[in-house]
Order: sequence, then C-alpha cells, then structure tokens
Amino acid sequence: MIDVPSFAELNLEVALPGIFLALFTTVLLIVDLFIPKDRKITTAHLTIGALVVAFVLNLPAFNAGETAMNEMFIADAFAGFVNMIVITGAIITVLLSVDYMKRSGIEHGEFYSLLLFSVSGIMFMGSANDLIVVFIALELLSIPLYVMAALRHDDVKSEESGIKYFILGAFASAFFVYGAALIYGATGTTNLPEIFRAIAGADGIVATENSAMIYLVIGAAMVIVALGFKVAAVPFHMWTPDVYEGAPTPVTAFMSVGAKAGGFAGLLRVMIIGLPLLVVNFGDAVETMAIGETITVPSAWQTALWLIAAATMIFGNFIAISQTNVKRMLAYSSIAHAGYILMAVAAVGTVQITKVAENDYTMVAVYAESALNGALVYLLAYTFTNLGAFAVVMSLENNDGSGTMLDDFNGLSKRHPLTAAMMAFFMLSLIGVPTTAGFIGKFLIFDAAIQAGLIPLTIIGVLTSAVSAYYYVRIIVNMYLKDAAVTDEAVGLTPYVNYATIVAFAGTLIFGLFPMLALDLLASSGAQIATLLF
Amino acid sequence: MALEQFAPVGMLLLLSTGLVLIILNISAVFGPKNPTTRKTAPYESGMKPIGPAVRRLPVKFYLIGVLFILFDIEVIFFLPWAVVFRGLGFYGLIVMGLFVFILTVGLIYEWKKGALEWE
Repeated sequence: MIDVPSFAELNLEVALPGIFLALFTTVLLIVDLFIPKDRKITTAHLTIGALVVAFVLNLPAFNAGETAMNEMFIADAFAGFVNMIVITGAIITVLLSVDYMKRSGIEHGEFYSLLLFSVSGIMFMGSANDLIVVFIALELLSIPLYVMAALRHDDVKSEESGIKYFILGAFASAFFVYGAALIYGATGTTNLPEIFRAIAGADGIVATENSAMIYLVIGAAMVIVALGFKVAAVPFHMWTPDVYEGAPTPVTAFMSVGAKAGGFAGLLRVMIIGLPLLVVNFGDAVETMAIGETITVPSAWQTALWLIAAATMIFGNFIAISQTNVKRMLAYSSIAHAGYILMAVAAVGTVQITKVAENDYTMVAVYAESALNGALVYLLAYTFTNLGAFAVVMSLENNDGSGTMLDDFNGLSKRHPLTAAMMAFFMLSLIGVPTTAGFIGKFLIFDAAIQAGLIPLTIIGVLTSAVSAYYYVRIIVNMYLKDAAVTDEAVGLTPYVNYATIVAFAGTLIFGLFPMLALDLLASSGAQIATLLF
Repeated sequence: MALEQFAPVGMLLLLSTGLVLIILNISAVFGPKNPTTRKTAPYESGMKPIGPAVRRLPVKFYLIGVLFILFDIEVIFFLPWAVVFRGLGFYGLIVMGLFVFILTVGLIYEWKKGALEWE
C-alpha cells in the first residue's frame, strides 16, 4: 500500500534549528496578539531570544553532515555556516528595528514574525538537498519580505516597493520551477546528489551522450535567472534600487544581506552539488589525451556566470558613484558585492578531466571547496559590514526619511566621534582593506578565481574594487575633513542602534584579524560535500 | 532519459495551442460581420453601460475570499487524507495535526485582528 515513513527515519533532530524557529514564529504570531500595543518591545526581546536559541541549536551542524527527511535536507558545515550568518544578521536587524519602527509609526508585532519566517526560509535554503526544498525555501524567504517591504503602508513608495518586489519575485519563482522541472525531466530526479550522479555517470564522460543534455543546460540557465534575481545580479537587478529605497530601512538592511545569503546558499547548493560537471563542449582535447593526462574545461554555465559576475561588478560600482543618497548608494553597492560572490560561484565551474584508462575518464570540480569557502566568508563579512553601515545611516535618518544624503555625513566625526570611526571602518571593510573582514572575503574569492583560471574576471574584480574605493572613501572624507553646515541631532542614535553598530563592528574586526575562526568552521565542508556525492 | 519520452507532452502542447488558436479565430473567419454601435458596446445585462467596470470594492470581500481559499484548501487536503487514513496511521495523524495547527493559528490571528467582523 502506501509507504509511510516513521518519525525515526525522518531524522528530524538534524533539522532542529529551522524547525524550532518556524514553530516558535507560528506561536509568536499568536502571543504577539496579546501583547499591548505600547509594549511591542517584548516581542522584539522574544525574537532575539529565539534567534539565540536557534544559534545554539545550530552549532552541532558543523560536524554532523547528516541528511534528514528522506535525503531532502542536509545539515553540514555549509548549512551551519549559512545559518550562523543569517541568525547573526537577523539579531542585528531586530536591534536596528526596535526604535526605527516606533519613531516612524509602523510598529507592528507582525514585523518580527515575518522576519523570523524569512530567516527560517533562508535556513532551509542553506540545508536544501533537493530542488523542491530549494523552491519551498525560496518562497518562505521571499513572501515575508514582500510584506515587510510594504510595511510603511501610508507611504506610496513603500507600497510600490512591495508590489514591485512581489510581482518580479513571483516571476523569478516561476523561472525556478520551470528550470527545476527541466532538470528533473533530463535526469529523472530532483535530489541534488542524484542529479550530480546522473550527469557525471558512474565512470566519467557519459553526459555527452545524454540526449537530454540541452534540457539540463536550459534548466540550469533558468535556475541561474531565478536565483540571480534574488541576489540582485545584473541584468536581473532592476528592482533593487526602487525596492531598497521604498522599504523601511531595517527591512532594506535585512534584504541586502539576508535575501542575498539565501539566494547564494541556493545557487551554491545547486551549482556545487547538483550541476558542477555539466560540461557540454569537451572539444578535441579529450580525444588526443594520453592516459594519466589531465586537462581543465569550463562547465556549461561558467561563461554565463562569468559574464553576469563581470556585468554586476562593473554596473553596481559605476552607478553607485553617481548616488548622493547614502541609502541608494548602499543599494547599488550591494549589487556590486553580489558580483564578487558570483565570481566565486563561477570558479566552481572549472572542471578537471583525467584520463584514467582507455575510454575511462574522471571529472572533478576541483575548485569547489576554495570557491565555497570564499563565498561563505565573504557573505559573513558582508553581513556584518553592511548591517553596520546601515545602522549608522539609520541613526542619522530623520523620521520623515531625510537625513541620509552624503552632505548629512559632514563633520560627523566631531558630533559623534565613535559612530564616525565605526562607519569609517565599515567603509574600509566594504572596499576590502586589510585588517577588516571584507579583505579576508575578497582575498579568498580572488584566490579561488585565480586558481580556477579566471584571470580576466579577477582583474575586473580588482579594478572595480578600486573604483568602489572612490565612493566609500568619499563618506570618510565627508565625516572627517568637512565641517557640518547644520548641527542637528541624530534622532536615530538610540541605545539599540548603538548595540547593533557595536556588534557589527566587533564582527567585522574579529573576522578581519582572526580569519581562521571562520575558516576552521568551514574546514570540513569540502570533505562533507565529497562524501555526499560519492 | 531519452528525449522521445517527452513526445506526448510535446504533442499535447502543440494540440492545445493549435486548438485554442482555431477556436479563437474560427468565428472571425466564417461568421457574418455586421457591426452597429449597439452591437459593439460592452454587454452589461442588456442595460446601457453606465461606467467603467473597474471600481473600488470594500476590502472585506477580499478578506472573505482569502478565508474561503484557506479553508477550501484545507478540505481539499483533508479528503485524500481521510481516504487513506488507515494506511497512514499515527504518522498521518501527526502530520495532519500540524497542518491544522498552522491553519488554526491563522484563524485565531484573523479573529483577534477583527477580520471576521463585518462592521
């Protein structure tokens, strides 16, 4: 009859952090109804408490590497790291939101529930081992964000931002489903390791003879489009500036790191575990290889990601130069940062083929581990740095949304020396100056890209980083070398925002000085992924 | 997986697209055309049209609509579950319990927020 799994088979305790957070959020929605309107701070405290518990529950994931729910879910170092990034990001976001929501008159308890739902979506995305889980996680992380973007409902801009994000996001989801369906059609499975085995074949190059190859390539392209939309990669970035500007600032801050971490987690999972060996054009080199010889070939999607990464870095950085509103500038620079991480994803696509014997080849995506480490450490660094930058911008923002122009930073070092110093540090980290976390992330990514032979792309990356220094340093110049025309109070500089800034600053500094902390956590990731596949 | 296995899907796609195109255009090809002002005007139950069809409606109707969809889906999931209830056993009971729990949370939320009060 029906094959009913038992609870023991489902291995649910592996997925405990995500399940805990999702269940807690459902209950929080009800609890919040009974918290009086002037005591919503309680909801915020409960939210932070739940995030801390989830953080602790997540720690065993780093050396588990176990699957759950019939192989659909996996908790490994990758998942643990993504969870760590997003939980930390969410804690900082809650600290940022508490006062901002109150002073702009949009204090709703639902905000925290929506945030937690989105966080659990990102956590499931990091642990997805199946295209269906990737899709559900994609929806779970996006739908709360649509609502959060439109939270300032008396403001037309916020409404526009919500509806724009919703319609385009729904469109991107449709792309993902279509792509997943094509991949399923070509390989007969939605499970990522099995897709890998279907492509790689048992003993080398079987894939070229697969007549359904074209569907795999189109499927991979559609998945890249859908997740490229989520991470705001050029040319799927059109929504970003409008949505980021219209949404309440804490939501923007979370979107720029949380949704990005989720999108990249999904992209890395699909590309590293599912499709790394999707090579269609071997050329003649394979024919003439001697036994024992090794060559490297690009996988079918590497060139596409190469172009997207280059376009994203160039476009994001050059448009950011012309922005005078710091919030908008950070939105464009977040596009640029997606480009750097895409560079790491592109590095995964360099495949090594070795001829073991006559008609017997092995294929390995050799740079997957270094690329993965680079992307994840960059995401961690970016989360701390960008949330810190948003915290400072928010502390200067007036209740009506003004106060975030470049000139408003003039003379900040005299008015609020500590905040100005931290902002300067965040800006340096966004550029990638040594002793900051941003440097470590950029270094690892450039390193992976050079190893993978993507030299021109690395040069574009380095040059655009230099370009980005212009608009980041401009803020430092304004803060330290110019005098303020006005001496207004920074209304947003409340204790909670200060805590958030300090947490972000500490993270940026610690991971900048001791990068081994992050790398040690990831040390087993490559081995865990290898055991998953073979 | 060979490509030929997708042939029925492709044929269905072609057939359905073709059929839709034929149905949409067949009357334009064969039907008599004799337009008058009355005939080309939008049809509004035989009355003269009195305004645009797109009007603002109270949001309450949408709330009822959303509620309806919620419980509609619940029933749709309940039916197959009830059919194979014996086979699913304890596992099915727990999973369905979770599903109903989530829906109930939504209902309590709506109730408390006053979405069920018409005035």
